[in-house]
Amino acid sequence: MSINLDQTIKFSPMHRLQWEEAQQKDVILYPEGMVELNQSSAEILKCCDGTRNLAQIVNDLEQKFATTGLTNDITAFLEVALKNGWIQQN
Amino acid sequence: MAGSNKTKITPPRWLLAELTYACPLQCPYCANPIDYAKYQSELSTEDWKRVLTQARKMGAVQLGFSGGEPLTRKDLPELVKHARDLGYYSNLITSGYGLTEEKIVQLKEAGLDHIQVSIQASTQELNDHLAGTESFQHKKEVAHLVKKRGYPMVLCVVIHRENIHQMPQILEMAEELGADYLELANTQYYGWAHANRDLLLPTKEQFEQAEQIAQAFKEKVAGKMKIYYVVPDFYEDRPKACMNGWGTTFLTIAPDGVALPCHSARELPGLDCPNVKDYSIEQIWYESKTFNFFRGFDWMKEPCSSCDEKEKDFGGCRCQAYLLSGDMYAADPVCSKSPNHPIIQDAIDSAKASALADNEKPLIFRNSKNSRLLS
Ligand code: SF4
Ligand code: SF4
Repeated sequence: MSINLDQTIKFSPMHRLQWEEAQQKDVILYPEGMVELNQSSAEILKCCDGTRNLAQIVNDLEQKFATTGLTNDITAFLEVALKNGWIQQN
Repeated sequence: MAGSNKTKITPPRWLLAELTYACPLQCPYCANPIDYAKYQSELSTEDWKRVLTQARKMGAVQLGFSGGEPLTRKDLPELVKHARDLGYYSNLITSGYGLTEEKIVQLKEAGLDHIQVSIQASTQELNDHLAGTESFQHKKEVAHLVKKRGYPMVLCVVIHRENIHQMPQILEMAEELGADYLELANTQYYGWAHANRDLLLPTKEQFEQAEQIAQAFKEKVAGKMKIYYVVPDFYEDRPKACMNGWGTTFLTIAPDGVALPCHSARELPGLDCPNVKDYSIEQIWYESKTFNFFRGFDWMKEPCSSCDEKEKDFGGCRCQAYLLSGDMYAADPVCSKSPNHPIIQDAIDSAKASALADNEKPLIFRNSKNSRLLS
């Protein structure tokens, strides 16, 4: 499964992304499970709001963190996210 | 006893709220205690709200509303809403009995995240027999409605000797109903399942065949349906890491307010399980005798205490050790290193003999009459 470059990406309505105060972490919640996210993964998922495609997400995050060269890392993570059903396209 | 040094204790993450022992069904493998009929009192709405608030503050985030049948509680939507406001991810664990489309919508609006519907078998005849109530068509209808109303649909089927031969049809049914998650829960032998073990425990061959079918299906539906396969530990040679370790992750509150490290723990002797009417969740979790009883490793006996696998399985399940060997400090008899391990083979042999007997005794159904008779 790989990311379609033209389509926008949105977080799955079957999962919930939420900040956990007690753990000081963002987590993904779904039936019978919870995944703890590190800060960069959480930042990427928060961009998956259904209005941006991969290139736009990369661009926005590179701007936000004043850096370049994030394409590979972000693509790799989003592929994992797609495989796990955390995000959807179109 | 392990020390109650506050800094070492991790906070609860999963809260199981057993709202009631009342249930219109009579499953002979029900995990409720055999003597449930004697616990008549139920927590009030205010008590439950306080419990949810306190546990959430400590870090609990996954919440299961179960029972009995949680739908029998009139205040369920109110509790669901309270849970949502607090930020829980909440799950209704239901037989589906009494669930209507209107209620499914109402609970969604209150903030329920998902619904887990249990079905007993893939045919009406066997489902209704096992449930002790005509319910098959309605359950299938409920599964459709859950899906239609946009919840992730979790289908749960408890597997045992009466239905294990239906594994291919059960999987087909899950696919047809569009389950997003399928829980294939091989029966764990506590509560009513323990009492009915001779009639429920499958043979090793049956179990292995069913597992193969389930594994092949898992690959086939990868990416579409997620399968949770709960192994029957009687055919393993190491026990399960019960509850991820005592008092580390899971908190169960029984209908009458008794706080338990696992849902069977009230059957263990001398634990003096505390009640949420008397103490806060924080006091219960960190300071109570019950929750500190089997924390860490100091309570262990040989062969567990010097075993290099103890951090992996914590010596297995305390309730199973007690139920099978009479000693709650012993290694779980499932472990091949346990001197009590032959008990497992005896149980398997006894179940097999029962299956081959001319007139097998009938299943004991879970209802108040049988509960009073047996306790
Ligand atoms: S296992 Fe069956 S009898 Fe027990 S609470 Fe669930 S539906 Fe009711
Ligand atoms: S001896 Fe005890 S700790 Fe070691 S594997 Fe067996 S149950 Fe686990």
